[in-house]
Amino acid sequence: MRFSLGKWLLPLYSALALIFLLTPIVYTFVFSFNDSVKSNIVWVGFTLDNWTNVCDAQGVCAAFVTSILVGVVATLIATVLGTLLAIALARYRFRGRSVISLLLFLPMATPEVVLGAGLAAQFLTAGVPKGLGTIIIAHALFCLSFVVVTVKARVASLDPALEEAGRDLYGSAFQVFTRITLPLLMPGIIAAALLSFALSFDDFIITRFNNGGVETFPVFVYTAAARGMPPEANVIASAVFILALVIVVVAQTTSAARRKRLARAQ
Amino acid sequence: MAFAAFGSTAGPVEQAPRRRSWVALVLLLPGLAYLALFFLTPLVSLVLTSFQEPVEFGDVGQFQQAFKIENYATVIEAYWPHFLRAFGYAIVATVAALLIGYPLAYFIGVKCRSKPLLQAMLLTLVIAPFFISFLLRTLAWKQLMADDTPLVQALKSLSVLPADGHLTGTAFSVIFGLTYNFLPFMTLPIYTTLERLDTRYLEAGADLYASPATTFWKVTLPLSLPGIVSGTLLTFIPASGDYINASSSFLGSAQTQMVGNAIEANFLGLLNYPEAAALSVILMGLILVIVGIYVRRTGTEDLL
Repeated sequence: MRFSLGKWLLPLYSALALIFLLTPIVYTFVFSFNDSVKSNIVWVGFTLDNWTNVCDAQGVCAAFVTSILVGVVATLIATVLGTLLAIALARYRFRGRSVISLLLFLPMATPEVVLGAGLAAQFLTAGVPKGLGTIIIAHALFCLSFVVVTVKARVASLDPALEEAGRDLYGSAFQVFTRITLPLLMPGIIAAALLSFALSFDDFIITRFNNGGVETFPVFVYTAAARGMPPEANVIASAVFILALVIVVVAQTTSAARRKRLARAQ
Repeated sequence: MAFAAFGSTAGPVEQAPRRRSWVALVLLLPGLAYLALFFLTPLVSLVLTSFQEPVEFGDVGQFQQAFKIENYATVIEAYWPHFLRAFGYAIVATVAALLIGYPLAYFIGVKCRSKPLLQAMLLTLVIAPFFISFLLRTLAWKQLMADDTPLVQALKSLSVLPADGHLTGTAFSVIFGLTYNFLPFMTLPIYTTLERLDTRYLEAGADLYASPATTFWKVTLPLSLPGIVSGTLLTFIPASGDYINASSSFLGSAQTQMVGNAIEANFLGLLNYPEAAALSVILMGLILVIVGIYVRRTGTEDLL
């Protein structure tokens, strides 16, 4: 019958593809337990020391904290600006709408090295010293487009009748927005913020052009790659990975449970 | 899922009533100002920088505004192999990622549809690489491909690799790294289109005596084209500008340097801003031309 060949071939192929995707993650995790001091390349022996004394490696915790700080501030800026843009684009018709859509698409179509070099050239011309502020500006910029795309999809799926009902019940524009529109958009906004934080946290190329000596976690890893990677870097990466995975799994199971409840209620 | 954003999320209904356009203006203004200030102006200053010339008797890294169009000729002459490698590697990596990602997306999006839990689990595995440092993952491959690993030893004993050969620092390892790093960006958009694919079309194909292969070529593939276009763009664009995989501390060597490496070296190492800027302008221009032609050829302009 249909796809008889694919019956075993496709699952096997997919399994191999997933193994390909996951191998470096497993490797990074396993080597976070390696009993090595400086260059974490050869397996020496198992230890929990790296996990219990993460901050022993010079600079790794400071870099991690910087990355969190940059991620939170940049995400805040990108999420607020992006949500406003998404609402305007999905709900209003005005001249120049397609030009604005194109303008929002362009940063996603620009290679990071060009974005990074462009911002660096501008800061150089304007005489702005590079540092934490310029990193945040750069991160909020590349997160903005992704926020707009994510939230716009949510606005488009929103039933305008709900807002109309709010207005019919004499809700002011502000009340309708804060009590109806915003809560309904929240899942999309949260998803956009998480995506934005993830993008910021892992960015290296744009950061490298605009950090002016400030070390984020990826910058730390890049410099350490040349002079020997401390296993503590693997610990931080693995811990972040596990945390992110837990968040996703919890989000998926709760939304699945909600769907089931809704299906039963209908 | 947040990463559905990578797919073609063109809203099904364009219900945008014309009302109070000043509200729209207020909503748009802050975001547009940000984009103008930190996206458009930097592109302009990149173009301006690319025409600068060194200050006479000035220090390294001191330039003044001029209209030195020769900068472009200089960088093209010096770095054309870097451009060839960048686009060559990116194209091969994009095709490889498509060949790996499409079947994977098809399996998760169509075959696992009756098992939502398995589907959600597999999808989480596809996005799992996003949660762990991209640099560390690339470094992991470098170490897995190092000269004394079982993998390399096996390849040598099978004579696939000459006895004195290396895996790292070659075009192969760079393309391998690019394929690996951008595979989720390829798989997710294809997954989003395949997941919505109405399987009744496939049944209709079978009912009309089409072989599974014909049904795939004539029905499934055309219907998933928007996902393929998004996926290939999301792979090709960052891959052609990447310089991590090709850098010597990761999977590359001096022989595998791409344009990104040249931009980084000129801007951050040699402080030769005009040449770095000229390289960036050319890279951006070439990508826009390639993407423009590609999108037009596949007839998916409305995807943007």
